[in-house]
Amino acid sequence: MSSELMIEMKNVHKWFGELHVLNDINLEINKGEKIVICGPSGSGKSTLIRCINRLEEHQRGNIIVEGTELTNDSRSIERIRGEVGMVFQQFNLFPHLSILDNCSLAPIWVRKLPKAEAKEKAMEYLKRVQIDDQAHKYPAQLSGGQQQRAAIARALCMEPRIMLFDEPTSALDPEMIKEVLDVMVGLAQGGMTMIVVTHEMGFAKEVADSIIFMDEGQIVEAKNPKDFFDNPESERTKTFLSQIL
Amino acid sequence: MSAANKEMGPPVIELGAMGWLRKNLFSNWYNSLLTIFGLYLLYNLIPPLVNWIFLDANFVGSTRDDCTNEGACWIFIQQNIKLIFYGLYPTEELWRINFVYLILLISGVYLLIPNLKHKGWVGAFLLIIFPIICVIMLSGGLGLEAVETRLWGGLFLTLVIAGVGIVLSLPIGVMLALGRRSKLPVVSILCTIFIEIWRGVPLITVLFMASNMFPLFMPEGVNFDKLIRALIGVMFFSAAYLAEVVRGGLQAMPKGQYEASQAVGLTYWRMMALVILPQSLKMVIPAIIGSFIAIFKDTTLVLVIGLFDFLGIIQFVGTNPDWLGFSHEGYVFAAAVFWVFCYAMSWYSQRLEKKLDTGR
Repeated sequence: MSSELMIEMKNVHKWFGELHVLNDINLEINKGEKIVICGPSGSGKSTLIRCINRLEEHQRGNIIVEGTELTNDSRSIERIRGEVGMVFQQFNLFPHLSILDNCSLAPIWVRKLPKAEAKEKAMEYLKRVQIDDQAHKYPAQLSGGQQQRAAIARALCMEPRIMLFDEPTSALDPEMIKEVLDVMVGLAQGGMTMIVVTHEMGFAKEVADSIIFMDEGQIVEAKNPKDFFDNPESERTKTFLSQIL
Repeated sequence: MSAANKEMGPPVIELGAMGWLRKNLFSNWYNSLLTIFGLYLLYNLIPPLVNWIFLDANFVGSTRDDCTNEGACWIFIQQNIKLIFYGLYPTEELWRINFVYLILLISGVYLLIPNLKHKGWVGAFLLIIFPIICVIMLSGGLGLEAVETRLWGGLFLTLVIAGVGIVLSLPIGVMLALGRRSKLPVVSILCTIFIEIWRGVPLITVLFMASNMFPLFMPEGVNFDKLIRALIGVMFFSAAYLAEVVRGGLQAMPKGQYEASQAVGLTYWRMMALVILPQSLKMVIPAIIGSFIAIFKDTTLVLVIGLFDFLGIIQFVGTNPDWLGFSHEGYVFAAAVFWVFCYAMSWYSQRLEKKLDTGR
């Protein structure tokens, strides 16, 4: 596999007030790699991926995404956000816009695509997540699973090189989890660089190149799935695995 | 037992008009008492009112001698209609006002009819070109004789003040609301100060300041039109109230909407214009329209600086020796016209809410 470095985090620290949410994070992610991050709630895993597209600001260390370092410079932030798509736990679709408009909004206004072209591309991605028949409905008319797939399509419409998933199935009813995971597996097989915060260990086993276990703001363990599940080193990882498996 | 259950309908007492009456008006002894008292009041109020306004009223005639004084004498309104609607605007130039009304009416109706094309262009015309037409048509220019604003009055003046106040105060209010929530301390503090000063002062004071004190601060010879000064006062006053209404809507937006907009790469202004404001303004439509209605009625205060708005001119014609003693008719007429305009705004707001409803 070509090892083009996509994301590099060096000695990253972040505090929320007194709380040390990210404590010396070092991470390198190559093109096409799929990383699954897990850990107990409050361990900083969401904060970590939210730092990558600057929804949260890190306070120390360096984050370099595709050669661009994240600083307060708004141009670098915009450039990185254009390359990094994100899927949220609560979907966060725009409720006042149809599914199609949700998907074509950013391509039209950020990528400056002509409207017709943006909508055509949006339909393409909606077809890929199999909700092209819902394109003209509003988010509130869709099921949770459909909304999350629409949200994935919205992110893909910007043709990002990296996709971040922040607990994409945690807010879903159990019978809808699979349809979303299937889309994500398909995306992974297509070669997308993905960072996924999730507790879906089945997904992690199937897709991940590396699983990262975080606790109290630190990366406790980072291994390939086989080693992670079969020979976890740290006690904390063992305890966590015994709780969720 | 199950057979009996299938056939059992609701008790008769719950059904039909009797059921409704019983449930809503006579559910217990004090509700019954209130209902009877209410009916008694209506019985004493409605017939005399109908008699006064319609049955015993005079509609035809030309002087006060045609009034029988048994009911309302609408001849008073009819004889003074030009003053009441247009103020002292020269009679031969009235077509200019009517022309403006006509354009407004046509484009308004066009916008109200569902599913017509090019509504965006009509809206843009109303917001950009129409005001220019108004200024030229109403105050003169391009070969039209100039009409000083001191001659403007009546319902026409009320509509000018309320229209300008309402249309300009919304964008200013939105900007102030965004400014107050800005992360830049200077912007936030300035907007907060501006809002709180304007909100903390009665409109009547604002108008007095605009009319009497403002000229004192201006260099000699510089003379702003009094109407324009009043317009600016009304505009900022209304904007300060709207800013707080809009801020309420902004604060009700879930954080996820901001994050999703940022994650797809929208810049601050695009995020606001495309995602946040459309949703948050929709949430506060009732309060915004409430503010508009309030400012529409508050325009009557311009009387204190010597501008004769709709209500002012009705009071004024009531002091005409030929028509002394008809102030009741004047006030009832004024109330009716105000109600029509305010209700129209209210109706439109409900319509808009329904139309924009997408289920969340």
